[in-house]
Amino acid sequence: MVIVKPTESDRKPDGGEVVQGTEPFESVSSETMSRRERYALTIKEWVVAPMRIVWADWRARVGGFIILVYVLMGTVGVHVVDPPMVGEGPRLQQPFQSMAYPLGTDINGNDLFAQIVHATPPMLEMIAAGALFTTALATAVGTLSGYKGGTVDRLSMTFTDILLTIPGLPLVIVLALVLNPRQPWVVGIILTVNAWAGLARSIRSQVLTLREREFIEASRLMGIPTWKILLKDVTPGIMPYILVNFVNSARTVIFASVGLYFLGVLPDTFLNWGVMMNYAYELGGGVYTSSTVHWLFVPLITIVILSFGLILFSQGTDRIFNPRVRARHVSGPDAGDGDEERSDVTTQIRS
Amino acid sequence: MANYYVARTAQAIFTLFAVVTFSFGLIRLMPGGPMDYVRAQLQQETGNVNQAQINAMVEVYTNVQPDAPLYEQYINYLFDIVQGDFGVSMWYGESVSGILAAAVPWTVFVMAISLALTFGIGISLGAVMAYAEGSRFDTVSTLCSIVLNSVPYYVAAIVLVYFLGYEWGMFPIGGRISSDVTRGLNPEFVASAAYHAALPIASFVLTAFGIQALAMRGNSIRVLGEDYLRVARLRGLPPHKIAFRYIGRNAILPMYTGFMISIGFMFGGSVILEEIFSYPGVGYYMFRGIQARDYPLMMGAFILITFAVVVGIYVADLTYGRIDPRAGSGGGDREAY
Repeated sequence: MVIVKPTESDRKPDGGEVVQGTEPFESVSSETMSRRERYALTIKEWVVAPMRIVWADWRARVGGFIILVYVLMGTVGVHVVDPPMVGEGPRLQQPFQSMAYPLGTDINGNDLFAQIVHATPPMLEMIAAGALFTTALATAVGTLSGYKGGTVDRLSMTFTDILLTIPGLPLVIVLALVLNPRQPWVVGIILTVNAWAGLARSIRSQVLTLREREFIEASRLMGIPTWKILLKDVTPGIMPYILVNFVNSARTVIFASVGLYFLGVLPDTFLNWGVMMNYAYELGGGVYTSSTVHWLFVPLITIVILSFGLILFSQGTDRIFNPRVRARHVSGPDAGDGDEERSDVTTQIRS
Repeated sequence: MANYYVARTAQAIFTLFAVVTFSFGLIRLMPGGPMDYVRAQLQQETGNVNQAQINAMVEVYTNVQPDAPLYEQYINYLFDIVQGDFGVSMWYGESVSGILAAAVPWTVFVMAISLALTFGIGISLGAVMAYAEGSRFDTVSTLCSIVLNSVPYYVAAIVLVYFLGYEWGMFPIGGRISSDVTRGLNPEFVASAAYHAALPIASFVLTAFGIQALAMRGNSIRVLGEDYLRVARLRGLPPHKIAFRYIGRNAILPMYTGFMISIGFMFGGSVILEEIFSYPGVGYYMFRGIQARDYPLMMGAFILITFAVVVGIYVADLTYGRIDPRAGSGGGDREAY
């Protein structure tokens, strides 16, 4: 914590005297933090300190860089690169042959690089929607269940266990066929329809270690409503864990979506990497002929690199989850690297 | 403890029940869904026939009698499923249970070997990595694990089938066994089955073992720092006893959750994987069902895959209760706020 030394003007903001009580509970804190100071502290704790840890770990650095490149591709890239057009280039040009079509062209002369770039915004929308849905729902169910205990806990955990047991991919396929989703964000939510259950379970066990802590008991004794305790006391304590898992769910969405678009189960209403792979596989003969194989491999490698970036990032940021590491970094960059930074990585990366 | 078994059994049965109900809901209630589709297709194929005949045929295919009251339809549907009657496939014109019964053993075969290899390799590699923590071997294996884990299994499948199947012709690109092998428990049959299953198994194992190795490594390192290990050493227990009884057991226990999730993940993934390898298992037929809009086949495969996963997780759960005495305690009996 940053200790703000009270100055003369702080002590008498309105010209009055600070009342110094003799009993511990009667005295009023002599230092008041201004709103600006509180914001500064929040930013320091939640933005600067995590960034510092991210920067200190090479995995998180590389992963963050890869993610940034994809985000830039989806935001700036679409304005720089012209949209792909049928017949704009020679058919099935091999990659790395010309500057105009750096990754080659498909069977209709479509520039593959432009297709990749212009497929990024809907992909990002879908990934963000799915990851947001997963983490929000899992946090709500997991914190409530872990904090409340008793019947609420038993019922919600039985429910998540049942959802957890139903194999995700076939369920998503059946749902996708019936609902026929067209907007990217709807696809994202359908893809994670039962992916949140596992996360809810592990968030619950995180909350179990928190629920008996003094500050939460204090809130409870003060009669603060449950939702407020969950929002203000419980959730901040597990926020790093939630953030790490946000990245993991993003990867789940990519894997599932590309797989299903590749199979042609989801309607190909927007340009995306899975649909490109599907066309390459179905129309281009995919793996049968070596002249079309780059058409399949370009989107495929795009996906692998993004997924690699996300894994590296979540592995690297896993240390933020370790409160001891974080506390050291809040207090300053020169606090030194101890050897306790080893964290039990990866138990939360699944599927 | 007995209570725990009862609760797990009830939950497994309830999960199956919920999935069958869900599938009934999809078939029956969705507007423009399977029922309407089957009806429209039958009408098109058979031309002018009266409504009663169409309804009878719809019932044969989907197990749902369109003109009966809803609760009766539902109960009949449940009973049909319990008896193993999933209706008739519209594409193949055979009973769905017949088609799937021939396919199930193959899918279970591929998945069981994949699971065993994934966790066998993952656990042993993770233990060695934890033992050699900080060494070059540890760094390289960690990096390899991360890289391999960032490849989706179907991508690995495409790459494998392209290079090893088409380009170099080292492995078959489809089917379950060679046509010239007689079925039965003879060496050629087993060898041919293993040869055909090698690439599907490899795609799963290669992309999945890394994350298990990393999990095992993390667990082992955490256990290595515990105080009771120092006590065990001070008591003069032999190293192999410490390695297996103390470290191994405590490090593997948390991986059970990952194991159970992998069961569902791999069986679910069979839909994509078996399509890429043209490997006629349950997932392959589910995909055929999707492509031909053959709803009876699709829903039958869906229910069957869920069934396999529920049974797998149920068995895993029961054995978990045997090795971890803490299972079943805790949870619901905490104070409610």
